[in-house]
Amino acid sequence: MKDGTMSMDVDVGLIWLETHQMIKFTSSIKWEKSQKIMSNKFRLSSGGQINRTERISFKFNGKTFYGFKGDTLASALLANGVHLIGRSFKYHRPRGIFSSGAEETNALVQVIKDKGKTDPNIRATQIEIFEGFNAESQNCWPTVNFDLGAINNLFSPIIPAGFYYKTFMWPANLWGGYEHFIRKAAGLGKSPTENDPDIYDHKYYHCDVLIVGSGPAGLSAAKVAVKTGKKILLVDERPSFGGNLAFADEELSKINDLKPSEWIEETCTELQNNKNIKILNRTSVAAYHNYNYLIMMQNLSDHLSEKEKKGKIRQRLWKVRAKKVILATGSIERPMVFDCNDRPGIMLSSAVRKYINYYGVKCGNNVVIFTSNDDAYETAISLHNKGVKIEAIVDIREQSSGDLPKKCNELGIKILWKNTIIYTEGYKKINNVHVMKLSNNNSCIIGNKFKINCDLLCVSGGYTPAVHLFTQSGGKLTFNEGKYYFQPKTTSPNQISVGSCNGTFGLKKIIEETQTKTNEFLNLNHNDQSNITESKSGNFENIWLLPSDKVSGKTKPFVDYQNDTTANDIKLALREGYKSIEHVKRYTTTGMATDQGKIGNMHALGIVSEITNTKMGELGTTTFRPPYTPLTFGAVVGRNVKQFFDIVRKTPIHEWHEKNGAKFEDVGQWKRAWYYPNKNETMYEAVQRESKAARNGAGILDASTLGKIDIQGSDASEFLNRVYTNAWSKLAIGKCRYGLMLNDDGMVYDDGVTTRLGDNHYIMTTTTGGAASVMSKLEDFLQTEWPELNVYLTSVTDHFATVSVCGSHSKKILEKVVKNINFSNQNFPHMSFKEGLVDKIKCRVMRISFTGELSYEINVQSNYGQVVWEKCMEAGKEFKITPYGTEAMHLLRAEKGFIIAGQETDGTITPVDLQMDWIISKKKYDFIGKRSLYRSDTMRENRKQLVGLLTNDPKEILEEGAQIVEEVKSKPPMDMIGHVTSSYYSPNLNKSIALAVVKNGKKLKGKKLFVPMSDKTIEVTVSDTVFLDKEGDRLNA
Amino acid sequence: MLEIKCPYCGKRSQNEFSYGGDAKIKRPELGKEISDKEWDNFVYYRDNPKGKHSELWHHISGCRQWFKVSRDTASHEIFKTAKLDEDL
Repeated sequence: MKDGTMSMDVDVGLIWLETHQMIKFTSSIKWEKSQKIMSNKFRLSSGGQINRTERISFKFNGKTFYGFKGDTLASALLANGVHLIGRSFKYHRPRGIFSSGAEETNALVQVIKDKGKTDPNIRATQIEIFEGFNAESQNCWPTVNFDLGAINNLFSPIIPAGFYYKTFMWPANLWGGYEHFIRKAAGLGKSPTENDPDIYDHKYYHCDVLIVGSGPAGLSAAKVAVKTGKKILLVDERPSFGGNLAFADEELSKINDLKPSEWIEETCTELQNNKNIKILNRTSVAAYHNYNYLIMMQNLSDHLSEKEKKGKIRQRLWKVRAKKVILATGSIERPMVFDCNDRPGIMLSSAVRKYINYYGVKCGNNVVIFTSNDDAYETAISLHNKGVKIEAIVDIREQSSGDLPKKCNELGIKILWKNTIIYTEGYKKINNVHVMKLSNNNSCIIGNKFKINCDLLCVSGGYTPAVHLFTQSGGKLTFNEGKYYFQPKTTSPNQISVGSCNGTFGLKKIIEETQTKTNEFLNLNHNDQSNITESKSGNFENIWLLPSDKVSGKTKPFVDYQNDTTANDIKLALREGYKSIEHVKRYTTTGMATDQGKIGNMHALGIVSEITNTKMGELGTTTFRPPYTPLTFGAVVGRNVKQFFDIVRKTPIHEWHEKNGAKFEDVGQWKRAWYYPNKNETMYEAVQRESKAARNGAGILDASTLGKIDIQGSDASEFLNRVYTNAWSKLAIGKCRYGLMLNDDGMVYDDGVTTRLGDNHYIMTTTTGGAASVMSKLEDFLQTEWPELNVYLTSVTDHFATVSVCGSHSKKILEKVVKNINFSNQNFPHMSFKEGLVDKIKCRVMRISFTGELSYEINVQSNYGQVVWEKCMEAGKEFKITPYGTEAMHLLRAEKGFIIAGQETDGTITPVDLQMDWIISKKKYDFIGKRSLYRSDTMRENRKQLVGLLTNDPKEILEEGAQIVEEVKSKPPMDMIGHVTSSYYSPNLNKSIALAVVKNGKKLKGKKLFVPMSDKTIEVTVSDTVFLDKEGDRLNA
Repeated sequence: MLEIKCPYCGKRSQNEFSYGGDAKIKRPELGKEISDKEWDNFVYYRDNPKGKHSELWHHISGCRQWFKVSRDTASHEIFKTAKLDEDL
């Protein structure tokens, strides 16, 4: 009860604090603005690897600070004493900088650039500052110091895991109301609202050995790998090399009598002088796919000032195929899970070590260290030696046999063995910790509670191997029972893991093991003897969830900081019946934030394992998915933006269409002239005019996009017999024939006219959109099924431009343009072909028609396309020749009832359904899809069949896709018996016409049907599919 | 992304290829009279094995040859590739 009261007091105090600040809000803003540039009062006077000669000023939340070249935003803010960076996602709890790298879970900021352009969710621990850098806190309003959303923290007992699922499920029709508020609360940063002005790049790269990570393992592996003389690539996500060794205490370990930083420098220099190796910094491997295919993002200019950035590529996406991969991705320190382990000023011990040793920044003045292992003692020694007071080291272990605790003892640092922290205080910055003794079996706490005042708490729960890339590549893990982490179990011939990502710890062991393994992996024998001195490490103990003096409902032991998931949420999920770790993850959202659980996932697994009494190895991990760290959309897209987004294919006559005001339509990748509006003409008006002209006078169409396949070989006729439904052997040379191609299932696949140019030579046309897949399909049959056929296919779509001239005057125009052909009906009848000359340009002329009108297609070598087009225009002037686009072409063919494959057909329509029985050869022994036409389903009488529809009101135009019913009911559902496939107002017939597929349509001619629309029902009558010139007189005119 | 060894061109990335289905499906002889069931088996039914699978692939953005691939559908390991007239 007493504890309960205390916890309430804290919450009430918290709200008081926020409210109090509400009053002071206006004045505080003024106060913040009046502040001069802050001093680096937490920066040591010397030391670290920042460039102290280059001072940089930057802004955070509107306030100006300064740091040095080489600082991250995090190190620069810490140097200025700023810990509070943002608010947590759900409870809006104040959060500070927790780590020093890619694993950061709390310190996400919005980076502001010019003209409102902005990057959300940037990790303050990774982004490097530059002159003029500007960032703001996220997920808080109005400011990070005073955030109204913090009221959620008070309500936290009633918003547990799964709260949204439970609450907003009922009543369903209120969702619309909730949605607005939930969407508003969701997400952390703000998306940019303008186009990204930056340049991004893609690069393919092939190498013999890729080494990921440049810590002691990565560098040692590289030193061996360069001896192969092959192409080596070494990448690291950090700006500088050396991994965690780069911020090791300079006095505690030595390699060949060199300090760690000196050894790193010497090794890097040696490598950089070797021309076999390419070394990339600021390059993070996002994904590791099959067959050593890795996606990496290289940051090229995010660390540069606006001026330096100008004209430079921002990020480059590398697509690397490596023969062999060496993973040296290191390990990530984990926190401790206890009540209120999330306050600003609570940081990973290794991060604090990096800030003091690498950046020369002390994260606090009075430090408590909370640990389960010896590694944190190195942090203690580094801090102590640089004048920071260590108030105490709280260690959950009984004792340690290692060198470092002994050394701390000698330095007079207080160590509280077998103790645990049970609570912390300090709303926006930690100010004390509550400590109690652990019972023998670590299950509860005993003795008296006492407080230690501090302004910084370093936590260290041991290290977790970074196995993300290993598992992405398909590697399996095993749980190391003694060391409490998952490590690689399986091996593959073209990949190894070395160093701490493989579960190997200790500098000497890492370097020696890496050398041996790399030599073996690359079939070498180059063992350098290194003389390594390091401290002996003691045992490691692990408690996933530390015991508390409170009932669990009153505590907030955070597991996933960013998503505000506590150990209690995980317990709740288990109580509510979730057993699979993947389900627990989704229900509680643990590990689902932008850090993907790099910090807290192991604890979530550990807690589930303990409560369900399942061994960690059996429980397994959640799946590690790419990317390891978030990628920008810019990097993913690269240069494939705007006009480069997709391939655009233009016909050789495109320029003319453009000049003459054509509107274009996308057909596959092609730009096709859609219609050519005159001044002030609507699309409808233009199409009506074009259609009328094409029928009654002369029309001209660019048909260059139709697929063309040149077919040659002694078995060409037999091949066509097999792929088309009709017979080809008897087609005379110089004649054309329309063909329908089916799939094996008997459904219409593609159609087009094929012309016999010679005994063993045909040219096939396909639909514009189907050209590529028809070609592949024909190759498939020739190569896999009928290799005995002597047939050669060549795609010649782009080789020819096709100018189609139609209408009653077309013959006269052709006679003017192609002078050496006799165009008489007798010499050149419908469905035949002649070779001719347009001036000196060789051409193939086919008399074929898709409009039902007298029509000729002139095929010429592509680059003469526009010349021939212009000649036809010139010759047709006296006949008022009118260019028409695809829309008028569609209208004209609909008047004739000609189908478009893909519009009248949809993969469920047979030629019989199209009432095109005439095209199915009864004599041929077989063709693709023939057998399917005799299945019970395809022979069924009440299949959907192609019919014509006439609206009772001839002015009423049906909507394509509209459903057709036999019987209208007052409201749905009604039995739908088909749908409209094509619909136009025909200017030549002066009435609305439509094609449709309707159940049992063949038998419904003359029957009234209905097309119910949202505002009315349209009455229609089933008609023949051919609306105009049933006898074909116009074709043969 | 897989790396597939085209028997004509050598190792290339998967995005140069397109998948063409089960290599073991035998097309009924042309013109042969067969039952609905036999034909349906050929057109519609395919095994979906976990493990070793014989497949057809098309080097569609390369030499445009079809060839055979023996691949593990779970691990994506490619055991062998072969020309159509060779054994897998």
